[in-house]
Amino acid sequence: MSPEPRPLASTAESRVPDPGAPPTRETRVPSALLPFLPPLTALLIAAVIGDLLILAFGQSPREVFALLIDGTWGNAYGLGQVLYKATTLVCTGLAVALGIRSGLFNIGAEGQLAFGGFAAAIVGLWLPGGTPALVAVPLCVFASLAGGAAAAVVPGALKAKFGASEVIVTIMVNFIVVAFLNWIVAAHLSVAEQLHTGEIRAGAVPRLAAMIPSFHGSAANFTILIAIAAAIATGWYLFRSRAGYELRAVGLQPEAAEYGGVKVGSVWFRTLVLSGALAGLGGVNYVLGYKQYYEEGFGAGSGYLGIAVALVGRNHPVGVVLAALLFATLSQGGLAVNALVPKQLVDVLTAIVIIAVATAVPEVQRMLHAAAGRKPA
Amino acid sequence: MSVLAFLVQTLRIATPYLFAASGGVLSERAGIIALTLEGWMLTGAFSAALGSYYSGSPWIGILAGAAGGVLAAAIHALASIRYRADQVVLGIAINLLAVGITRFFLRLAFDSSSNSPRVPGFDWFAATGDGAGSLLASLASPLVLLGLASIPTVWWILYRTPYGLRLRAVGEKPEAAASVGVSVARVRWIAVLGAGALAGLGGAYLAIEQHQFTDSMTAGRGFIALAAVIFGGWEPGRAAVACLVFAAAETLQIQLQGLQVIPSQFVAMIPYILTIIAVAGMMGRSRQPAALGRIGD
Repeated sequence: MSPEPRPLASTAESRVPDPGAPPTRETRVPSALLPFLPPLTALLIAAVIGDLLILAFGQSPREVFALLIDGTWGNAYGLGQVLYKATTLVCTGLAVALGIRSGLFNIGAEGQLAFGGFAAAIVGLWLPGGTPALVAVPLCVFASLAGGAAAAVVPGALKAKFGASEVIVTIMVNFIVVAFLNWIVAAHLSVAEQLHTGEIRAGAVPRLAAMIPSFHGSAANFTILIAIAAAIATGWYLFRSRAGYELRAVGLQPEAAEYGGVKVGSVWFRTLVLSGALAGLGGVNYVLGYKQYYEEGFGAGSGYLGIAVALVGRNHPVGVVLAALLFATLSQGGLAVNALVPKQLVDVLTAIVIIAVATAVPEVQRMLHAAAGRKPA
Repeated sequence: MSVLAFLVQTLRIATPYLFAASGGVLSERAGIIALTLEGWMLTGAFSAALGSYYSGSPWIGILAGAAGGVLAAAIHALASIRYRADQVVLGIAINLLAVGITRFFLRLAFDSSSNSPRVPGFDWFAATGDGAGSLLASLASPLVLLGLASIPTVWWILYRTPYGLRLRAVGEKPEAAASVGVSVARVRWIAVLGAGALAGLGGAYLAIEQHQFTDSMTAGRGFIALAAVIFGGWEPGRAAVACLVFAAAETLQIQLQGLQVIPSQFVAMIPYILTIIAVAGMMGRSRQPAALGRIGD
């Protein structure tokens, strides 16, 4: 592996996720803390608006936030639930982040997640009863990757061949995948009167409670290791492999990359398919680690939330893992505070965090440019 | 089912699409991606239900619906035009925000997590019997008429007013528009707020016709409307035709559901598949506003 030139690596770190706009000029971040300024500002704004909404509901913000912390990181069950929810979000967040690094906006993580989970469940269902977990689990995991990738093939091909907007096509594919899966599960695969497939006979992934008894009752399971492995692999692919270097070059300046001999179309195709595979991998958390079957709507918006995770995590695998923990905490915390305020407060907070991050990132970068005495990009 | 009944039902289903799609054309021709139509509609539906419930008048409901859409659009305009945030990210986030905030206020206002109480609507003609007259009378809602009028209105604004000329210039080449003294930001603000009002009216139609707000009642209609905008090549007239085609497909789906010929899920896919084909370049790809999604002033 040839060492990569420095400037490109550093631009990628601070790039605004804005595929529609012409690429911004390089931003040099003066201190190590500054990249975290936009997400932190965003959290602060969200907290203030959250306070106002809590007051509107006639409750004390202090009590609600205390309950939120207590119901998540405050006890083993809550923490287990946070880890369970974060597992899927890491996968969908990585999927979106990988796409953005190449200048693509994969809105299809929701459909890819569903298709990946479905594929894992089908393979698990078809394997004979006595199949050892060492064979069954990898097969199911592979199926989830393949399923997610399959759902991304059409958007990837249309983007590469015709330049068709991946934003629109992936949204449409989401609707198509969901309609198709609803039909096939209801018409052909459902357990009598239930809207889910039959139970996987072989190869369940054990719960974390098997090793750490205090997690008892929570859905946390060992597929979390698969998600962590995916984060490490994505980091390696992005920053250490030749293909990842090409990917980032395309994301920064497709025309320049093309001129430099990179086949932009095939990089886009490859990236969308890989992105789909990552999103699909998120399905094993539910299917192998929790319920042992595919169920309509199991993703519960994790695909769309993946966009928020990638954005707040600044499209970096480490950031994605941290952001996944944050949104999983908010999601579980919503259940914990439901007695005081509607749990939808958390959805509102999540959306405000995304809006604030999206708004603060270009603004903070302009401020940094101004501070450095340079013209804004 | 008679042809007339089919047409009437198609038109009723098309009404929210017509509103939202005309808003979508307005916003996208000014260069601002209208991925938020769904959220604007949902906010509009909720505020229309609130307005109609508390005032007892569906007319106030209509105004409130438009105001709700404008409010949601103002967030979008502020973040995308003033702060140059990524419009796709914003679109997704505002759609999420609309779902969350309408649910939150549903609990706050009506203490329910699924629907509002019955709100007053327009029942000018009591539907008596199945005669052609009563079928046609069911169209006599001010919102159906406004929905039909929204498309020619947007067309007229785009092609027959000085503002429309500026709007199209801003969507194609903002630098050029700015160089001749057009305030790009102001033109875009007006377009986005107008789009919000139109989409809000589309939501108001849903809430007022069904006499209540139900959780997430827009159910993807904003995305279908956006699909119609793209399918129609960003032209109001062709977008309206696309809306009618999608609505006819949906009417067909409802009719076929009883017959069990084709699984309803497959008919539901039709607009999405059509959109993918359209986006992939069968029609209109080259006509996308050149500055769409790009704040270039």
